Amino acid sequence: MKRVKAEILNTRKLGAYHSLTLVAPEVAERARPGQFVSVAMPEDRSFLLRRHFSIHQASRRGGWAGTLEFVFDPRGAGTHWLAEVKAHQFLDVIGPLGKAFAYPNKLTNCLLVGEGHGAATILFLAQELRARGKRVDMLLGGTDLDHVFKPIEGKRLSQTIAVATEDGTMGEEGSVVDLLPEMVASSGTQVVYAAGRRSTLRGVAELCNERHLPSQMAVEEQMACGMGQCYTCVVPVIRKDGSGYDNLRACTDGPVFNPARILWDRWMGQEPELVPTPPEGFPVVRTWPG
Amino acid sequence: MKPQMAVDLNGVAFPLPVLAASGCLGREPGLVDLHRLGGVVTRSLTLGPTKGAPTPRMAETASGLLTWVGLQNPGVEAFLAEDLPRFQRAAVPVVASVAGTTLEEYIRVAGRLQANPGIVALEVYLGATDEERGRGEPFVARLDRIHEVVGAVSRLSHLPVFVKLPALNPDLVEAVRTCVRAGAHGVTLVDGLPGLAVSAAHLRPKLATPVGALSGPAIKPVALAAVFQVAQALPDLPIMGVGGISSGGDAVEFLLAGAWAVQVGTAMLVNPAAPVQIAQGILAYLKDKGVASPADLRGRLRLRLPTEAEGVR
Repeated sequence: MKRVKAEILNTRKLGAYHSLTLVAPEVAERARPGQFVSVAMPEDRSFLLRRHFSIHQASRRGGWAGTLEFVFDPRGAGTHWLAEVKAHQFLDVIGPLGKAFAYPNKLTNCLLVGEGHGAATILFLAQELRARGKRVDMLLGGTDLDHVFKPIEGKRLSQTIAVATEDGTMGEEGSVVDLLPEMVASSGTQVVYAAGRRSTLRGVAELCNERHLPSQMAVEEQMACGMGQCYTCVVPVIRKDGSGYDNLRACTDGPVFNPARILWDRWMGQEPELVPTPPEGFPVVRTWPG
Repeated sequence: MKPQMAVDLNGVAFPLPVLAASGCLGREPGLVDLHRLGGVVTRSLTLGPTKGAPTPRMAETASGLLTWVGLQNPGVEAFLAEDLPRFQRAAVPVVASVAGTTLEEYIRVAGRLQANPGIVALEVYLGATDEERGRGEPFVARLDRIHEVVGAVSRLSHLPVFVKLPALNPDLVEAVRTCVRAGAHGVTLVDGLPGLAVSAAHLRPKLATPVGALSGPAIKPVALAAVFQVAQALPDLPIMGVGGISSGGDAVEFLLAGAWAVQVGTAMLVNPAAPVQIAQGILAYLKDKGVASPADLRGRLRLRLPTEAEGVR
């Protein structure tokens, strides 16, 4: 990982999303799909923490060499500030961070599922898989038409593509999970990659489990530092030898995990019950069994 | 004259007055330059590996960070085998943070940390749940338990013992006196403040615990007041000041209020170079004011209006 002062080359609005392209050769040349960058917020504001964005595009060659693009949905104070930055301003950027998607050696038919801005990382992955001669099929989704990220780019990169929106304004009405069984059957899927909301990822993971499909998913978890220091972004992941689980950091041990090893119930907060906080003193820590 | 940056906390020496606070340096140094830290306070260590609290563990609040990690750490053995050698190679002084849920655990962790080159002091963290006596309260909620834990650790430890305390103790100075009577060498002020963040849209607290510890610039005045009050009452007691320090100027404020050294936490999560820049800021201030060392700032806070002759420098 490198920390750089990166000049903004270009800002664009893509549906509901904003895209920023930065000049950051030291980061771009190392970046792989699934990895992310962290961007510092301006000083002397009430929002302190760096913001984290998965990398949508990292160009190593050609006219855009050394550039890096990321995408966000302006929702909070930090992303609203970022939506207002202009070309030629500089950002304090750290990256690339996290573990990238792994590419299959022998298997060829890859199904890529991207929901919301999760599609940004999925489209980057699609390019890299295509460059390795893999077949790419794609499922894109979002709440509505504006939240389906770059469907035309998705179509260009894939053999077949299907789109689902919650309100039916584009493609099928519903979730990408609903389209999954048919897509797996029609495209002869051997490997599944996904990025999106936790509940969607879980739906995809369950199908992969049922069909014994190897898969990898880029997760999102509330993250303070992005560099492995704070231990806030952990995901409960079963050990390889099955002897229990560890809370692994999404920022350094992830964000790409094998979903078959994620303890979904625990991660989705369905157990155990919260311990009430006493009126005096400090919050209660419970060491979790397991 | 070049100011001397090294500090001596009654026998505990640090080459610079700025340490990385507990839990804010990962197990991998990453972008943090260990060689340029005054010291490192480790993540709080328990006897065995601790998995910690469920997620979400953090929320950003106005000028602050609310977190509750719940002591996730690899355990004292893994720390000694895997993490300490990295600090030893960098020759950075280590203050090992000791935690536990029983008195025995504190004793065993503190015992295991003795006689390891590189560890110069212990810092006792008392925010964990007291599973022996508490009805869910932490050790720090009761003076008798503070005395028992700090006393037991201090008696067995060859290393000087600091105690990390929160600001909201009913009587902070009394809690500090209890620590001193029990054998503590110094105190670290302050631990994060209890805080709650609420998502009205989801009718849920933002943290799973659901109360977390508030850190960052939001708590700086609270931390300064704690340092000041304790320094006024116990001027010979080494105090490490911590809470919302993100610039050299912030650190100088703590030194003026009575801290002997400072720790930087939340700022490191945003800017891995923060401790280095803060030390540079302190040095610039010392040069500017013609002060020989950080220790000479202690007690320099003017508690009355300056006379005409003194000017308003």
